[in-house]
Amino acid sequence: MIRTRVSTATPGPAPGHGNVNDVLTIDSAIVDAIVAHARRDHPDEACGVVAGPVGSDLPTRHIAMDNAARSMTFYEFDSMEQLRVWREMDDNDEEPVVIYHSHTATEAYPSRTDISLAGEPGAHYVLVSTREPDSEEIRSFRIVDGVVTEEEVNIVDATVDA
Amino acid sequence: MAIEVRVPTILRSYTGGSKVVEGSGATLSGLIDDLDTKHSGLKGRLLTPEGGLHRFVNVYVNDEDVRFLGALDAPLSDGDSVTILPAVAGGALGFAAAAALLGRPSNRPAAAPNRTEGQ
Repeated sequence: MIRTRVSTATPGPAPGHGNVNDVLTIDSAIVDAIVAHARRDHPDEACGVVAGPVGSDLPTRHIAMDNAARSMTFYEFDSMEQLRVWREMDDNDEEPVVIYHSHTATEAYPSRTDISLAGEPGAHYVLVSTREPDSEEIRSFRIVDGVVTEEEVNIVDATVDA
Repeated sequence: MAIEVRVPTILRSYTGGSKVVEGSGATLSGLIDDLDTKHSGLKGRLLTPEGGLHRFVNVYVNDEDVRFLGALDAPLSDGDSVTILPAVAGGALGFAAAAALLGRPSNRPAAAPNRTEGQ
């Protein structure tokens, strides 16, 4: 299968976020897993988390979550699954480095709903668009206090054993 | 009577950065009132102006979602552990449509993660 990825960065100066880099560095195996999940659930939106060691800003453990809304235009983690996964991260000294979901008919850019409901200021919000059958658009954003900042996506090989 | 409360990152500005605080109360409602006396403003992030639990805040007592325990009337005992997590939700649906779907006015984002204080 030939797949074309488009990842983009916001031109111009990006505001700083303290200890946060304006780039998401992520292993290609994890990106593949996210894309596979999004394709599998298409046309419903898919959602999940990539955990990483606290403070590392490095996503290392992919966790596909159920979309409790099972909708083409809305996603919501199941509250009990979220508790289990968040506890697991806590026990492992991990945090949600990436929170991702797919848009299945529109671009990979946060909707007003996404912005309004974003509750993890430390996370990279990754959006994948599966509206094109042969290519995926993958973009990453910080969403803090209602402000969206796009960041570069740096896909690398072999930062984790996959 | 001490109840351990785990506070998510987004609400730690109300707890001086603390991840875990203690409170007391015979019900979740009482606990939230108690927490608000020590961490002013926290209540406004957990409850709607009508006094219900925000749709997009998850509160758990021990291992159970309080929505299955009577929500704000959920009984609490000494030694219970309460966890607050912002719901993870969103999607391509427009906000007004999402609000209609979720049964609340579109002009008032009920999400706790959003700013509700005059900042």
